[in-house]
Amino acid sequence: MSQVEVSHVTKRFGTMTALDDVTINFTDGGFFALLGPSGSGKTTLLRTIAGFYFPESGTIRIGDIAVQKVPVEKRDIGMMFQNYALFPNMSVADNVGFGLRVRKVSRNEEARRVAEALELVQLGAFAARRPQQLSGGQRQRVALARAIVTKPKVLLLDEPLSALDKTLRVDMQIELKRIQREIGITTIFVTHDQEEALTLADQIGILKAGRIVQVGAPRDVYDHPVDAFTAGFLGDANWVPDSAMSGLTLPREPDGFRFATRPEMLTISQDRPAPGTNSLPGKLKQRIFAGTMATCIVDVNGESWKLTARDRDIPQIAANDDVWISWVPRDTMAVPR
Amino acid sequence: MAGTLNMTDRRRLAMLLTPAYLWLLIAVFLPLAAMLFFSFLTKMPQDGPDWAITLDNYSAFLTNPTYGTLLIKSLQLGMIVSVICVIIGYPCALVLAKSIKGRAREALFLMVILPFWSNSLVRIFSWAIVLRGNGVLELTLNAVLPFDLNLNLMFTTHAVVIGLVHSYLPYVILTSYLALQAIDDDLIDAARSMGASKLTILRRLLLPLSLPGLLAGVVLVFVPVVGSFMEPRILGGRMGTYYGTLIEDQFVAVYNWPLGAALSFILLAVVLVILAVASPVLKGART
Repeated sequence: MSQVEVSHVTKRFGTMTALDDVTINFTDGGFFALLGPSGSGKTTLLRTIAGFYFPESGTIRIGDIAVQKVPVEKRDIGMMFQNYALFPNMSVADNVGFGLRVRKVSRNEEARRVAEALELVQLGAFAARRPQQLSGGQRQRVALARAIVTKPKVLLLDEPLSALDKTLRVDMQIELKRIQREIGITTIFVTHDQEEALTLADQIGILKAGRIVQVGAPRDVYDHPVDAFTAGFLGDANWVPDSAMSGLTLPREPDGFRFATRPEMLTISQDRPAPGTNSLPGKLKQRIFAGTMATCIVDVNGESWKLTARDRDIPQIAANDDVWISWVPRDTMAVPR
Repeated sequence: MAGTLNMTDRRRLAMLLTPAYLWLLIAVFLPLAAMLFFSFLTKMPQDGPDWAITLDNYSAFLTNPTYGTLLIKSLQLGMIVSVICVIIGYPCALVLAKSIKGRAREALFLMVILPFWSNSLVRIFSWAIVLRGNGVLELTLNAVLPFDLNLNLMFTTHAVVIGLVHSYLPYVILTSYLALQAIDDDLIDAARSMGASKLTILRRLLLPLSLPGLLAGVVLVFVPVVGSFMEPRILGGRMGTYYGTLIEDQFVAVYNWPLGAALSFILLAVVLVILAVASPVLKGART
């Protein structure tokens, strides 16, 4: 287990710059998410750390060793692929033991460590099966066991949960977090699912067009986005129209800043709220019921605002009625322009 | 599968399959049946009314040791050509499937299947021009090498092998290529991430996963090579007497069709036995 330092890394494919002077530090034992839209370079960054690509410039250190010119098979990493990439011609035990056999570990030692890794992912009974005989979630666990059995310095996950359905995905998130804590391995995973990143990671790096836009703890990044892109990417952001700023209590002077709130911070009412809260008049456009939660679309000064709350907390208001939208002043985000 | 089909589906299936089966019946099964019948005759019916049923043609194979010797020689030729085709073809397919991308791959592929586009007789005579003494190969080598080389490959076993390998190599390349291409590149990346060298990846991953394709290619080479007669005759000359040329002689030179037919069916039986013995290996490779 080691920390990973990426500094000033640039990677080009032909004329396309996939990573543009990326600097990011992954501390020892942390759980990191690289988050970004498709084409943002997050997978390229992961594969560059893994050693599948060599950067044109910059350095990558795993532990104390500069590895930017070391090929993947010599980097001592563990990696999990989006489609699991289990070897179909081998049993589960042989899949997990592959990396150990490559390292010329004795057969006894291999058997012991394979059993241990399968136990960790709760698949001890499946050692003799073929990957084709397993369900999606089980394959996932085998892939994880295979990635960690060699005790690599860093665990890299490429969209590890995207192929699972939603309920299974939530289970696996919890499982993944438990295993990561248990073995304390530095883990970097790539995802385009902001909820997954917020749930799993203790640090999030947001990428856009090959650049790191922001790095921080989930709550920090969610509450204090550094630009409009990050604010909108991590969740819905309702932007306060410039014309409506005068009556509101804002966290700072408006020079060079725009202000926004998250949908779940808002309250909707027909009566004007008491002073002391920030409030704006609008028109209810639509109310979307989704089980426990409901979403309201409200037209505020020509901008479409989104509000989410428990369905029972939203008063019965007819569409196109005039409403007030209000929120506590400290829930206002100040985002640099 | 048939159990789940309803009447309409069944009728449609029958209608779609009928032409294919009809074609097989007329083009393959009937001539084969006729040949099987001929192989038990003393002489062809058109040569006279005094023909009879006999097993002599088959017992001739046992009494005349030359036939058995030639069959073994042909089986050896089939094995040698198959092995060389694998040694050249599999690496070729590996490079095509896993190393080369885009335009270059298409161009190389074209060159692989190019032999298929030319008439096989033309191809063989071209080899004759290349391989004969004072031919293209000898002149080229002598022009490049500092010492003079006397290279007359024409009418040798080597010439036969070279001609056959050239003719049948594309089968091994194509079947291996298809099998290799179907292997997900992520599997290779995963193996690399676990520290596997290129050799380990080839030995433990690519070879086992592409073995069915490779073996299919070997079968496609081995079977026709054992019965081949054109390459041995033209490139082998005096050395080119094989089981295939023996059968050909019975049909076109000696006009002993019953013996030719019997020898053909013995070859068919031997090849089927070899494939049957090899089939557990073929099946095992698929898992």
